[in-house]
Amino acid sequence: MTTDVPTREVPPPPPSRGTVLRILPPGLYAGRASALLERAFVANRRAWLALLSGFFEPLFYLLSLGVGFGALVGQVVGPGGEPIDYAAFIAPGLLAASAMNGAVYDATFNIFFKLRHAKLYDAVLATPLGPLDVAIAEISWALLRGGAYATGFLAVMFGMGLLTSPWALLALPAALLVSLAFAAVGMACTTFIRSTQDFDFVQLAILPMFLFSTTFYPIDVYPGGLRVLIECLPLYHGVELMRALSTGAVHWGLLGHVAYFLVMAAVGLWVATRRLGTLLLR
Amino acid sequence: MATAGSLIHARGLVKRFGSFEAVRGVDVDIAPGESFGFLGPNGAGKSSTMRMVSCLSPRSGGELRVLGMDPDTDGPRIRARLGVVPQQDNLDVELTVRENLQVYGRYFGLSRAAVRERAGELMEFAQLTDRADAKVEPLSGGMKRRLTIARALVNDPEVLLLDEPTTGLDPQARHVLWDRLFRLKQQGVTLIVTTHYMDEAEQLCDRLVVMDGGRIAAEGSPSELIRRYSTREVLELRFPFGRVADHTEVAARLAERVEVLPDRLLLYTDNGDAALAAAHEAGLRPVSGLVRRSTLEDVFLRLTGRSLVD
Repeated sequence: MTTDVPTREVPPPPPSRGTVLRILPPGLYAGRASALLERAFVANRRAWLALLSGFFEPLFYLLSLGVGFGALVGQVVGPGGEPIDYAAFIAPGLLAASAMNGAVYDATFNIFFKLRHAKLYDAVLATPLGPLDVAIAEISWALLRGGAYATGFLAVMFGMGLLTSPWALLALPAALLVSLAFAAVGMACTTFIRSTQDFDFVQLAILPMFLFSTTFYPIDVYPGGLRVLIECLPLYHGVELMRALSTGAVHWGLLGHVAYFLVMAAVGLWVATRRLGTLLLR
Repeated sequence: MATAGSLIHARGLVKRFGSFEAVRGVDVDIAPGESFGFLGPNGAGKSSTMRMVSCLSPRSGGELRVLGMDPDTDGPRIRARLGVVPQQDNLDVELTVRENLQVYGRYFGLSRAAVRERAGELMEFAQLTDRADAKVEPLSGGMKRRLTIARALVNDPEVLLLDEPTTGLDPQARHVLWDRLFRLKQQGVTLIVTTHYMDEAEQLCDRLVVMDGGRIAAEGSPSELIRRYSTREVLELRFPFGRVADHTEVAARLAERVEVLPDRLLLYTDNGDAALAAAHEAGLRPVSGLVRRSTLEDVFLRLTGRSLVD
């Protein structure tokens, strides 16, 4: 009962803002997103088994469709025009999907819970951290989760001999980029979600995208108009990027896919930051 | 009133939500080391004022300086030196008691070693050491509140802002909490408290403002306010429900001022016993008669015509 709180170490002031960050509205960013990312590691330290489950979904698809169904299909025409096994054709698509899924699940369900129920960000914003710190940290965590699934899946692909080119090494950074973009847009969307029922819309967006974004067959099965529509979907760009890298059919056009994801990530981060500010700093 | 050395300085502070004006021109100066209270009923604009001072809510108008800086441009630098205890506990439910303190300290940029040590001290302070590795959810309301206060102290703040610190707690938990806050006050921490409990305001505050409808209705120390807006004593006469109004006219002749509540009359007078005797003489037959000292509740009733807690 007689413990006093000693006054000693004074916390350092938030780092001064760099040139680039001076264009941001003040109060948005304290340059300390890493502290909140650290929190994610602490909070998930005991939940890593639950996290692991997300790795198995694409693996089951690969075994069922790639290996099982693939026995009926035989060989198909790869992105470079050469024939490849059906499993080798869909595995990069599933790789892109696993990068997407890990990121989207974390950026929607988990962030929604922390935003609306646990009021985590209300507590965080009472410290020097601003909405941009929150967005960067949470998107990074979702990206790491998506990236971890992709890494595991990539290892499986390697083990099954489905990587046929050294370019496949670039599939890992590509998967991180895909995760980043989906995490950013996922978090931005989550700030608009009002109740758990709205998650049905997330499912409604994710599942058809997974099935139709040339994951399981090439784009030329689609007639003209539909094809343009598919080419607008983000997962399509992920699938094409991964397929080109894992089979070595690399060309300059792939940078277009990269640009697509960079824009997506930037827009997602910006919207998520603005919305967090609007919702929490009223 | 000192303005140069003020930790908090507000002039004509306004907060609007759409067309609703929650805070309508508040002037306030809070000096270092002071314990300052915003007293008022729910909806008086206390929390909105607190959120603006905490740099959690941009002001809609007026002037505001916190620690000499402008919250609009220096939010992160100001918040680095504040401790904020929100109205509703928002502890991190995914973390343990200890982790809550450590992780929160990291948000302030403290080193890992520093937060480890600090968490130990703060758990002692909050009497939660034996729950260090427990999750937050099963803790009692009082424990959660103490942890929220401990968390707000992790950065050694110059100002601790407490929004309704003991609302919803049982009497014993409230006293434990007041004891902790009193300790901080003695260490020189500036406390800013909002409350709708007059006993809390009397316990904790050197000086307070009474807020109503987004405005400041009065300002002073608790005893000053009582002296200025109430009499030394109050005679409470209880009557059967619904019969109170019958006796107002007689009662009005016996006291400086009379307030009519649903179940009793409050007679404001400097000598309660004399007024009670006079009431009996005048033929009043209350169910019970009680003489007590004036409180902030009476001040509030005088200023706004309403009770604090309904």
